[in-house]
Order: sequence, then structure tokens, then C-alpha cells
Amino acid sequence: MGVLGGIPLSGFLAVSAILFTMGALGVLIRRNAIIIFMSVELMLNAANLAFVAFARAYNVLNGQLFVFFVMTVSAAEVAVGLALIVAIFRSKHSIDVDQMSSLKG
Amino acid sequence: MDTLFSLVPLIVFLPVLGLLINIAFGGKMGEKAIGTVASAASGLAFVVSVLLGVALWAGGGAEHVVPLAEWIRIGTLNIPWTFRVDTLSVTMMLVVSGVGTLIHIYAIGYMHEDVRFKNDVGRYARFFVFLNLFIAMMMILVSGDSYLMLFVGWEGVGLCSFLLIGFWYEMDTLGRPSWANSNAAKKAMIANRIGDFGFLLAAFTMFWAFGSLQFGEVFGKASQIAAATPGVILFITLFLLVGVAGKSAQIPLYVWLPDAMAGPTPVSALIHAATMVTAGVYLVARSWPLYSLVPNAQFIVALVGAVTALFAATIAAGQYDIKKVLAYSTISQLGFMVAAVGMGAYVAGMFHLITHAFFKALLFLSAGSVILGMERGHHHLPHHEPEAGHTEELFDPGDMRNMGGLRKQMPVTFWLYIFGTLALAGIFPFAGFWSKDEILLDAARKFPAIYILLTIAAFLTAFYMGRQIWMVFYGKPRHAAAEHAQESPKVMTVPLMVLAALSLLGGLLNFPGIDTLTNWLGHTIEAAEGEVALPAWLAVSWGGFNPWTALISLGLALLAIYISWLIYGRKPLENGQKDPLKQPFGFIFTALERKWYVDEIYAAVILNPYVAISRFLADVIDWRFWHDWFHEKVIAGTYNFVSKTVLDLRIDQQFIDAIANGLGNLTRRVSGSLRRLQNGFVRSYALAVLFGVVIILGYLLLK
Repeated sequence: MGVLGGIPLSGFLAVSAILFTMGALGVLIRRNAIIIFMSVELMLNAANLAFVAFARAYNVLNGQLFVFFVMTVSAAEVAVGLALIVAIFRSKHSIDVDQMSSLKG
Repeated sequence: MDTLFSLVPLIVFLPVLGLLINIAFGGKMGEKAIGTVASAASGLAFVVSVLLGVALWAGGGAEHVVPLAEWIRIGTLNIPWTFRVDTLSVTMMLVVSGVGTLIHIYAIGYMHEDVRFKNDVGRYARFFVFLNLFIAMMMILVSGDSYLMLFVGWEGVGLCSFLLIGFWYEMDTLGRPSWANSNAAKKAMIANRIGDFGFLLAAFTMFWAFGSLQFGEVFGKASQIAAATPGVILFITLFLLVGVAGKSAQIPLYVWLPDAMAGPTPVSALIHAATMVTAGVYLVARSWPLYSLVPNAQFIVALVGAVTALFAATIAAGQYDIKKVLAYSTISQLGFMVAAVGMGAYVAGMFHLITHAFFKALLFLSAGSVILGMERGHHHLPHHEPEAGHTEELFDPGDMRNMGGLRKQMPVTFWLYIFGTLALAGIFPFAGFWSKDEILLDAARKFPAIYILLTIAAFLTAFYMGRQIWMVFYGKPRHAAAEHAQESPKVMTVPLMVLAALSLLGGLLNFPGIDTLTNWLGHTIEAAEGEVALPAWLAVSWGGFNPWTALISLGLALLAIYISWLIYGRKPLENGQKDPLKQPFGFIFTALERKWYVDEIYAAVILNPYVAISRFLADVIDWRFWHDWFHEKVIAGTYNFVSKTVLDLRIDQQFIDAIANGLGNLTRRVSGSLRRLQNGFVRSYALAVLFGVVIILGYLLLK
């Protein structure tokens, strides 16, 4: 059990689940676009934590490798997302997502 | 020598080449170049014809068939595009291209002035295109090896005739705006169409009876078929006669030819005197194996020809238009030829065809020279500005009552005209004397009735030609234009001199005792002369010459000219004087003047009923019955009832609309409730995604 520093795999998974739930709740509850954005990052990192934990636990590199991809994609997502938020702020003078309802049916 | 025969397609292709050049570049070339190209095309065709003649001569006159291409092959019908080179076709080729070339050259000068008098210089090239097309078509007609190929040429020359009669289609012969010329063209087309109908029936019957339209096969089987079913050959030959009557202007279809004089004079000379109208004579001569089998048909052909010869000659004596006289004279002379070939005297008919081509082309072209001379004279008169209310006096350059004394102004034309007249009247030693006497002798031997008809016609021929000479060239000018008339240029008179020489010497072609033409055509036409018991005076002959018939016709011709001098020459017509024959003959002469009222009778018997029936069919049957009643009331009414009352009100509005509206309402209601989901709050969408993921994962985990 030296691989995970004595902490059982379920501990990591519990932390990851807690982080993911916090992120999901943040996305659903908060109205500030930046906060929502941060919550999405939280969900991504919860997933990363689970990947890494599984990779160490089963001694395969796939999980580690996948984390790099997730980080790269999230970095790109941040760049695009922030640019969108800036553009929305410029036109609406607000980043409240509830006000972004022009396409309402 | 045999390689020469393979040249025969050139007689068609050379004129076609000429016309293509003139179509493509005629707009940019000068008049001289256009005329030269066209004349050269025709002239080269003449050279080829001469070469073919030489080759035939060297080969002893044996016929040659030169295949060019496959044409029609349907079931058992096989008609290749094949040229037939025999003495008959080469004779026709020589006449067509020889006389044709001289007329082409003449037309260079004639059309130069004609297009200027009529104020449309652009039409010069078109004229030569049509003229070349005519030569090509005529060559197909005479060189074809089947009735169908002959028919192609037959229709082609009819088309050219139509195009050239209507050459100045938007005016009448005096240049006034009118549809007279185009009506004349249509008349020619329609009269010919009736004849073509007969030709086609003959051709269909031929195919039905013989299974072929090739000359060789048809003639080869002719005697066999005649033995089995004699009626068929009679049927074919009589329907061919209808075609001949149309194309060669015989009773009852001749009425188009006088009106055809609306075309420019070279056209009258080439198409309506020398070549195209002789196609019917050629057709009978070509079909000699058929005609020889049915003496009844032969007699009918001969009778039609002889009656036409006399009938047209009487009308010619009462005409005032210089070209109309010649037109009726042409009909009359064609009657001579048709009578000759009808009697089985094919060589005499062909001989007269050749000499007639020479002297009638000469006469027409000289008449054209006279008309242009009068035009020039009229042009030089001091013209007053037309005063208000006064239209300019209408001047007809072709009216002989305006002429008189022209031998002083136009001496060359005068002498040429004299040559043509003497040849046509049959005066020794001119060409017409020999050829006409051959026909008269054959008639005297075989059908005395026809001999009498033809002799009277020959007498009248000399009379009306004498009348024309005295009226045109002697006496005093009856119009200022005749006083100032001018001679025509060399390009016009030189071809005429050649024709005049041929009119003088043409008799040598079949000179009694030497009989060149008889021997030459004998290679192709082998009609056996029936042995008839002849009276002593008719039995004497050298070739086709009998001193007694010759003396009778010569004496009558001289007498006729003398009578015409008594009437028209001794006391020339004064200006505005009526024709001297009008006094003693009264209404008969008026009837001659009005062409025996044939046009009026045709109008009353055929044309007016036809128009009335057409009008009845158009107005009453077509418009009132079919359109107003059947279409508007029956069809449209039923349609309206069905569509409006049944389909529209009941089916469409009540049934189909209900379906469509029901579907629409359903969709709207469903979408209205679904729309509430789209509330625009991003977070609620995210919640939906969450629930979706939870449900899918739950399903995957719990299944």
C-alpha cells in the first residue's frame, strides 16, 4: 500500500466525488459566469484526481497520460471561455448567465 | 477513260461549292467576284459534263452507274445515292450547265443594274447563291439513278424556282410595294405541289409493284409486270403525267408559269424556259420503257402536249407584256416537246428541248436587255418632282405598247432578237426549223389529229413572234423612255451572241442524214419504231426530215410573219392605239388578252370554293363549334363544375383542409407545451444535462 502513501484508493475517490459535486452544484446554483467557469474547472480537476489515483492504484500510465490531455483541453477551454465572457460583458455589461436568454423560445 | 466517270459527283459539288463561297464571303466580295465565282462553278460543271460526254463517246455510249453513298435502306427498299451517266443524262447536263453558265455571265451585268433600279444592292450575292443552288439541284435531277433521287432534284429546283420568282418578294413587277411577286411564287409552289402529288403517287405505286425505285430494276421488270397487271403501268404513267403537267407547265397546271415572270429575267430564261420546265420532258424520256408499254398513256400525254401547245399559242398572241408573250410561247413549245415524247418520238422531243433551250434563253435574255434598255431610257428622262396630289406616272418597262423603234437604239439586241425569233418561228436554216419539223413529221405519221393541232400552233408561234418584233423594234417610239433607250453592256450581249450562234447552228446536232443526236441517244433510248403503213408523201425522209411537212410548216411560218407584218408592221401602232385585232375579233381578242379567263375560272371553280370552305371550317366549325361551344361550354364548363363545386368546396375545403389544419393545430399545441422547457436559463439546461447524465449512468450501473 506504499503506492498511495498509505491512504486507501477510496479516500481519493471520495475527495474527487466531493470536489465534483461541489463543481456541479456551483454550475447549477451560481449566476456569475466566472464562478460557473471555476466550478467547471473544479469538476475537471475532480476527474483528473480520479484518473491519477486509479493510475497509481493499478500501476498503468494511461490515466496519467489522459490527465495531460484534460489539462490541455481545459487550458484551451479557458482561453475561449474567458474570451466569450469578455465579449458578452462588453455587449451586456453583465456576466449574469440568467440574463443571457435572447434565444428563449 | 473509266476514271473520268468518277468525276460525276463534281457536277453537283462544284455549284454547291460556289454557293457556299458566296454565302460565306458574298457580303465582303465585290459584285464582279461574286459573279465570277458563281459563273466559274457553273462553268466547271460544264467542263465536267463535257469530259463525261467524251468518256461516253469513247466507251461507245455504254451507260455507267457511279455509286457515291448509301442513302436509304429500310427492309427491302434500298436506294443508294448513285449517279447515272448515260447519253440522255449527259445531254441534259450539257444543256443545263452550258446554257446555265451563259446565263450566269449575263446575270452579272443584268443584276448589277436590277439591284440598283430596285434599290437593294445587298441582294446581289443572294441571287447567285440561288442560281448555283438551282444548277446543283438540276444536276441531281438529271443524273440521279432512281426516281427518288430524281424527286430530290425535282423538289430542289421547285424550291429554287419559288425563291427566285419571289426574289423581289416585297414588290410587284413594277417595283411598287405589294405582295404580287410573292403571290406569284406561292402560286408556282402550289401548282407544282399538285404535280408532285401525282409524282409521289406514281413513285409509291412503283415501289408497290416493282419493289424498287432504281431505274435499272424498274425498267428491267417493266415488261414482266405489264404482262401480269397492265393497269399498274397505266396508273404509274398517268400519275407521272400529273407531275409532268405541274413541272413542265402543261394543261391544266400551266397557270403558274406566266406569273413566274415576276422573277428577274435571267431566272425566267434559265429556270422557266431553258432547263427546269423541261424536267417533265426529261422525265417522260427517261421513263420510256414504261411509256412504250402503254400506248393509251402515250396518246394522252401527246394529246395534253398538243392541246397545250395550241392553247398557249393563242394566248401568246393577245399579250402585251414582252415576257408574258415569251412565257406563253414557252408553255406552247413545252407542249410540242411533251407531245413528241408522248408519241414515242423521244429523240425529237429531246432535240427540240435542246434547241429550245438555246433560242428561248436567247429570247428571254434579249427581252431582259430590252427591259433594262427601257429602264435606262426612263432613268435618263427629266424627272419632275411629283406635285402634291399627283402620283408619278407609272412606267412599265416590259409593256410592248411603250416600246417601238428600238432597233435604232439597241441594234445589237435587235439582231439577237431576230435570231431567236427566226429560230422559234421555225425558219430555215435556224435550229427550231429542224427540231420542230422532226416533231411534226412524227405527229403526221402517228397521230394526224395531233399533227393538225401542232401545225396550227406553229403557225401562231410565227405570228405572235412577228407581232412582237414589229411592236418592239419597228415603228416609232411610243414612250419617251423608248426614245432614250440604251444598248446593254458587253457582259450581257456576248453570252447572247453565243446563244444566237447556237440558235443558228443547233440544227446540226441532228442534221438529217447524219443524225448525230439520234445515234447518241439511241444508246440509252431504244424505243422501237412501230411499222405503220405510210402514204407515199410521208414515207420520204432523211432521218427525221420530210420535205413536205417541212415545206408546209415553213410556208405557214412565213405566211404568219407576213400576216403579222400586214397587221402590225405596215401601220405601226400609234401611242395609245388599241391592238388592231381588237376591232375585227372583238370579244375573242379580249378573251385572249385575259388568257381565256383561265385564272378567273380557276378562281371561281377551285379557289373561291376552297377559300369559302376554309373560311367555313375556320369560322363555323373550328371557332364557333369547337372553340365557342365544345371547348368553352362543354369542356371548360364541366371542368369548372367538377373543380369548383365538387373538388374545391367538398373535397378540398371540407376534407383535405381539415386534415391539414388538424395537423397544424396539433403541432402548435405540442410545441406550445414543449416551449416552456426552453426558458432561456442556462443553469436549468445544465440541470437537465445533469439529470440526463444521472439517468443514463444509473441505467448503465443498474442494468
